[in-house]
Amino acid sequence: MATPASTAAANSAVKTKNTRKVDTRPFLWPSVIVLFLWMIVPLAMTLYYSVINYNLLDPSFTGFAGLENYKFLLEDPSLWTSMWNTLVLVGSVLIISVVVGALLAVLYNARFPGRNIARLLVIAPFFVMPTVSALIWKNMMLHPVNGFVAWLQSALGMVPTDWFSQYPMLSIILIVSWQWVPFAFLILLTAIQSLDSEQQEAARIDGAGPVAMFFYIVLPHLQRSISVVIMIESIFLLAIFAEIYVTTSGGPGLATTNLSYLIYSVGLLQFDVGYASAGGVIAVILANIVAIFLIRTVSRNMQKA
Amino acid sequence: MAEVILKNIKKSYGDVQVIKGVDLHIKDKEFCIFVGPSGCGKSTLLRMIAGLEEITSGELHIGGTQVNDLSPADRGISMVFQSYALYPHMSVRENMGFSLKLAKQPAEEIKRKVDEAARILKLDPLLDRKPAELSGGQRQRVAIGRAIVRNPKVFLFDEPLSNLDAALRVQMRIEIARMHHDFDATMIYVTHDQVEAMTMADKIVVLQGGVIEQVGSPLDLYHHPVNKFVAGFMGSPNMNFLESTIKQVEDECVTVGLPGGGTVSVPVKREQASVGDKVTLGVRPEHLLEGGGGDGEVSGKVLVVERLGGGTLVYASLEDGQSISAQIDGNSSIKVDDTIKLGLRNETCHVFTADGLALPQIDRHPLADVGRGSGH
Repeated sequence: MATPASTAAANSAVKTKNTRKVDTRPFLWPSVIVLFLWMIVPLAMTLYYSVINYNLLDPSFTGFAGLENYKFLLEDPSLWTSMWNTLVLVGSVLIISVVVGALLAVLYNARFPGRNIARLLVIAPFFVMPTVSALIWKNMMLHPVNGFVAWLQSALGMVPTDWFSQYPMLSIILIVSWQWVPFAFLILLTAIQSLDSEQQEAARIDGAGPVAMFFYIVLPHLQRSISVVIMIESIFLLAIFAEIYVTTSGGPGLATTNLSYLIYSVGLLQFDVGYASAGGVIAVILANIVAIFLIRTVSRNMQKA
Repeated sequence: MAEVILKNIKKSYGDVQVIKGVDLHIKDKEFCIFVGPSGCGKSTLLRMIAGLEEITSGELHIGGTQVNDLSPADRGISMVFQSYALYPHMSVRENMGFSLKLAKQPAEEIKRKVDEAARILKLDPLLDRKPAELSGGQRQRVAIGRAIVRNPKVFLFDEPLSNLDAALRVQMRIEIARMHHDFDATMIYVTHDQVEAMTMADKIVVLQGGVIEQVGSPLDLYHHPVNKFVAGFMGSPNMNFLESTIKQVEDECVTVGLPGGGTVSVPVKREQASVGDKVTLGVRPEHLLEGGGGDGEVSGKVLVVERLGGGTLVYASLEDGQSISAQIDGNSSIKVDDTIKLGLRNETCHVFTADGLALPQIDRHPLADVGRGSGH
């Protein structure tokens, strides 16, 4: 059964005898429409909620709020704290995962017995669910009484640290980095494997030792893959939630509250839907600003290589 | 100053021995070419000289120093790779100056040396480009420039021309030969192309299966191959091999039978040969005389005629079914299915015994031991 669009396309193809001139746009519409609705409906609803008074604890307080929600939010110091926390979290994890990932990739590109198993083990944390890995870190690694680190510390005669209350942000960064280093490692390892071996040999003859080889030959070769890693990781890291929810619940105080956790706590702990929606809109804007810069740099890098 | 001496060099990967003991003396300023079929170990041998492959056993001396345990950078060599192996993120200038930069030479010194190499190779206008913006021939030149800048004692080339098209290959061949003349450096060059070997080398080393089959000047290998492999590998078109038996043996002459009943008496030492032995008679297509004559004659039916203008290649089937090819005059009017008579001259014939070794010829070719240049 032919749709009107496809018959029209077929007719024009017969007329021009050139299939390349078929108007293919109608065929794209179904998926474009679905994707558009998928994006625009939640966004429109969020925008709508952000300009009305909508608190689940106080059903009588309704009506148009104008920019009141935004005003409260922008005056709320917790917004700025959480934005700063988001940047610290994203920035640190990006740096750690790219640096450690690149070093591991170089290391695991060398030949040694059991290399495949070792590689598998490095990649493994990526397949652990965020909630599970957060629980493992909370209860088995960093727990001040039962944790492995505490055991290690007392074995060395030190006083065990209560990581999540003394260094909450550091602990979160540790957990999230542990999850994302494998991703960077995987991408960068495949990139290193594509490095021309004759190029490395030429550099050896030119007198490059391991350090010079890494900085002059390997790192420039990885540039493109590193930008891909940074872009993909940023998208996911801006929305980190489970690790915080499971371990610190944003605390102590606001020490580990990032933007997505703030929105959750306002919307689903304080039940202020309007306020939370305003936070959501701000998060979308922030994410888009980051995305613009990232995509620009990445596409420039892509073209250069 | 920069002799390269290999003493019983061996290379094994686990239980597999790929280089089975190579002894070789490459003289200072010599252009030495390793040639052989793929898998013969020629590239491995070059990479061992470069220091990119470990030497399993044996001694390697470059310029009087044993270099077995020196790193590639300390051996005083530089190498031009088949894929050029330029650094894609660096400009031509940075590519050429990279080794000097790593050696922490002052910037003006690097600039001076790079400029000089660029001038010699006519790369001046390209110095600020990236390798991706260069043509194949230009990349090749940059790779050579990068080698020159290091001012090495020995240049190593690993099939440098095999990625170029035919016309460019001939041009670069001439340039490299010219470069060898100008720099007076020792050069070791690996190729599978026997034409490159014949045209450029002072000394050709023919390798097969990890052992040296023969070392000699191009004409030495052409006129006096020591065995059937070298005889078949060098020269184009390939030498004809005819199965035969020895009819008569004298001290300095062995007479062998020809297909069709004739004989030819070849001036070679008899060694262990005796009447009735199975031998192979070798004769190059360009040494066959159209129309017969010479010291022996065969005739056959023409199967294929290839007219090249300057010469004509004729493939024919002899009376006993063996095939033969001959390079005859370009103006010959011979046609397919004609009967052709081919004459053999006794001094251009080779006799190989059943184990493939050549019976040594009595007379050396006058040019076989002469070098190419005045300086050598």
